[in-house]
Amino acid sequence: MTEISASAPIDAASAPTSGQRVRTGTQIYMYVSLLLVAAIVVVPLLSTALGGFKTLGELRGNPFGLPSEWQWANYTDIILSKRYWLQMSNSLIIALLTVFLTLAFGAMAAFCFAHIRFFGSSYLLNYFLIGLMFPAATAILPLYIRIRDLGLIDTYWGVVLPQVAFGLGMSIMLFRNYFRNLPQELFDAAFVDGCGYMRFFWHITLPLSRPIIATVGIISFVSSWNNYIVPLIMLNSDSLYPWPLGIMIYRGEFSTEWQLVLAFITLTILPTIIAFFLAQKHIIAGLTAGAVKS
Amino acid sequence: MSEMLISTNVVTAGSALSVPRRRKRSLAHSKWPVLILFLPPALLLFTVLVILPMGEAGWYSFYNWNGYGSPTQWIGLRNYQLIFRNGAFTQALINNGLIVVVSVCVQIPLALWLASMVASRIKGALFFRLIFFLPYVLADVAAGMIWRFVYDGDFGLVAGISHFLGVEAPFWLADRDMAMYAILGVVVWKYFGFHMMLFIAGLQSIDKSVLEAADIDGATGFQKFRLVTLPLLGSTVRLSVFFGVVGSLQLFDMIMPLTGGGPSNSTQTMVTFLYNFGVTRMQIGFGSAVGVVLFVLCVTLAFSYKRVFMRHD
Repeated sequence: MTEISASAPIDAASAPTSGQRVRTGTQIYMYVSLLLVAAIVVVPLLSTALGGFKTLGELRGNPFGLPSEWQWANYTDIILSKRYWLQMSNSLIIALLTVFLTLAFGAMAAFCFAHIRFFGSSYLLNYFLIGLMFPAATAILPLYIRIRDLGLIDTYWGVVLPQVAFGLGMSIMLFRNYFRNLPQELFDAAFVDGCGYMRFFWHITLPLSRPIIATVGIISFVSSWNNYIVPLIMLNSDSLYPWPLGIMIYRGEFSTEWQLVLAFITLTILPTIIAFFLAQKHIIAGLTAGAVKS
Repeated sequence: MSEMLISTNVVTAGSALSVPRRRKRSLAHSKWPVLILFLPPALLLFTVLVILPMGEAGWYSFYNWNGYGSPTQWIGLRNYQLIFRNGAFTQALINNGLIVVVSVCVQIPLALWLASMVASRIKGALFFRLIFFLPYVLADVAAGMIWRFVYDGDFGLVAGISHFLGVEAPFWLADRDMAMYAILGVVVWKYFGFHMMLFIAGLQSIDKSVLEAADIDGATGFQKFRLVTLPLLGSTVRLSVFFGVVGSLQLFDMIMPLTGGGPSNSTQTMVTFLYNFGVTRMQIGFGSAVGVVLFVLCVTLAFSYKRVFMRHD
């Protein structure tokens, strides 16, 4: 599992390559199928967003169409509420801390594995790669006990540190592979010029590593932003909840008012959708390449 | 070669002239400061929060313990006996298996079919790729919640379609015979785009001249696909299957908003079982034992995958 390598570099968002002409009949068949699948993807999302503009009564009779009267208040009430912004900022703080530590600790350790020979280095690397083999859920109860004993239950760190720890295997592996593929001559030349490991890391390796920093950063940001089980176990107070927990609580409170729940869902996934369309190329490449290489 | 280059240059640089045989490195050149500064943060965090908890899961699994004080009530393998005798756990195993089956028999053909269309030079290919990948980016919790609305028999889309057809709206998520199939639908909806991207990459890596050779030999489109493309996609298919299995073993976030494992445990997976029976009841020993079973499955899978399937790649 550690060394799965895709046969091709993934550049999934790039232009199509097959240069063959497609016949008109085949084309119609293709577009009909593609549009059908696209509809199955989009209709649930669109009707969720539109449902948020309806009254409960209209939702019952007309879950698909446009609202007869747009209930803007459903949305504005949530946007003007403190809880929405609190949950978004909790998610953001947790994700940024997770990304920063996953990048920093991962790159530092990977640098040692890529450039320094030391006793037991290959064993130590394999030790980290064990982390790729199982999800946090397997050890969630002992993890809870440990975080509790460390006094970190119900703090951001109680969520951030386990997320970082479970992301390190992926981070170290991706960084190490990248660092090793940087031209060795750079290292030799810098070394001759009296540049030590630290300066080499800071002034040469890191500036050359933007693509892999972006990949690891995107993977750890998305997985933290979407994480549910770790904050579910580690947090108790509403004021610290990230949005996936918040959505569940909201649904629990307003279980009889679907239109509000729909508006809430729409507003919570909106940042993801906007970010996806703005940075689609990087996000698709990051998420698929990262998964394949780990 | 590079080694030689370094030593000669160091000598001319003058800093190491006084050292007769071995190059003596300045502190900046020594590897120890780097190792001492760079390794411990990752090592410490990883050991304390990944390796130790997994080891402790093995230890706690032999106890009956509610998490307070220290574990004292040793019960040997009793937790494991209880797990394998538990009907909900058996159901969870079956459901995890079902997810793998659907991933192999439905998701992969679907992904391959779509990939073969959007990898060709047709207008809007990039747009379709983007749309198909979108559900994968959304959080599982959000996807589950959206589909809970879709499946709702009073207010949802399924209700709307039923009214339109003039039949009574079903409540699939409350029906123990239907709920798991409804969830499988959401799993495919959420993940087919990711698998499609894997196949697009696989298709792009195929040498075009092979397909042209097949063209010259008069192969039809389907023949080309079956005899040339598909065999060359072998490693991508294996990768896709692997992600299907891994994803199945982790499935939790999506189930919670949809059914929470119910009705009457018909939609439990390994992780929802761990949560519902270990975490919510604070049965640390029992939950840890479930974690150990899950761990063994994951590790066996990882190794057998590497040994058996990736042998040729």
